Amino acid sequence: MGSKDETCFAISIIIIIIGLIFIAIVRVIYVVYRTSKPLRPKSPKPLSTLIVLGSGGHTAEMINVLSALQKDRFMPRFYVAAATDNMSLQKARVLEDLLADTNGGKVVSAKFMQIYRSREVGQSYITSIGTTLIAIAHALWLMIKIRPKVILCNGPGTCIPLCVIAFLFKVVGIRWSSVFYVESIARVKRLSLSGLLLYKLCIADQFYVQWPQLQRKYPRAIYVGCLM
Amino acid sequence: MGEIEDSENRRMVFVTVGTTLFDALVRAVDTKEFKQELFRKGYTHLLIQMGRGFYTPTKSEAEDGSVAVDYFTFSSSIADHLRSASLVISHAGSGSIFETLRLGKPLIVVVNEDLMDNHQSELAEELAERKHLYCARPRTLHRTIADMDLASLLPYPAGDATPVAKLINRFLGFPDD
Repeated sequence: MGSKDETCFAISIIIIIIGLIFIAIVRVIYVVYRTSKPLRPKSPKPLSTLIVLGSGGHTAEMINVLSALQKDRFMPRFYVAAATDNMSLQKARVLEDLLADTNGGKVVSAKFMQIYRSREVGQSYITSIGTTLIAIAHALWLMIKIRPKVILCNGPGTCIPLCVIAFLFKVVGIRWSSVFYVESIARVKRLSLSGLLLYKLCIADQFYVQWPQLQRKYPRAIYVGCLM
Repeated sequence: MGEIEDSENRRMVFVTVGTTLFDALVRAVDTKEFKQELFRKGYTHLLIQMGRGFYTPTKSEAEDGSVAVDYFTFSSSIADHLRSASLVISHAGSGSIFETLRLGKPLIVVVNEDLMDNHQSELAEELAERKHLYCARPRTLHRTIADMDLASLLPYPAGDATPVAKLINRFLGFPDD
């Protein structure tokens, strides 16, 4: 008698687990399908925007893109840079100060944050496991706080944890963030590692490349010409 | 002496490595044969921005048969130096490249062969293929100077971020302007 109850119980649990896995798979397939479909809001409102900055040319390229966007459509704005990157947030502050000036001194809502890096250049792979976990936890914390409707990124590794979490938020239903990835102008024939990951995992809603060679190699990418 | 210091006859070559360490380039431009090539081509001054490098060039005043050499490590903005240069020799960083091309200055890009993952060379080679700049290696830089024909370089058309802005706006359902 007892073992029959236990068997029934075990079978029910297994059926429930299989059922949940099935629902999760269907939900993920649906999210991947809906990702890359344009939004159709009835009356478009300003969208909270997360902007990922990075060392080297990344921040300069991002600021170039931001300058072409209507700022009242993308607010409040949250700028994120790696904790070891000193220059990027400063450049973003300069841009926002300029906006405040041309806005007649009205303070536009912008926040500047630093995020832990998964791995520094040359760091040993063993300690990288620990730092990556810390970086993921920190990214999760930031994403829960911000829950942006739009994410703009263009290559630095710091965008990967944020974009993966954004995808999970879509699946779980916490927030639908539209992810726009602009591959750097310095990438002519090969994608960066971040770009490759986001492309293969279908995480970006729109994936832009600046050279025709990349568009031929990655057909789901959109060729937009040189932006710089 | 007065002739060379006269700003009308001053033709300065500006070498920049940005925030990187690129001793191979700094060494290459500090060689006698390179400076002689510059002089043969009518340049009078050589200004080297050496960044994080360890190798220090030798300063020298303008002399007969040679260019004047000066150097510094960093500056908050190299825009002024780019503007007053007759020729720019730069590392392959995209920021440096486009800042120079936007000013319409003749540019030779030198790829750092010591870098591990050298995706930078892709951009330099592509722009060289499109005749917007010359590409060179540190060891053959003096030959690039000797063989170059700056008049054959094509101006770089200014980039435009509005196509991307339009696509992003449309995707999010914002009305076109």
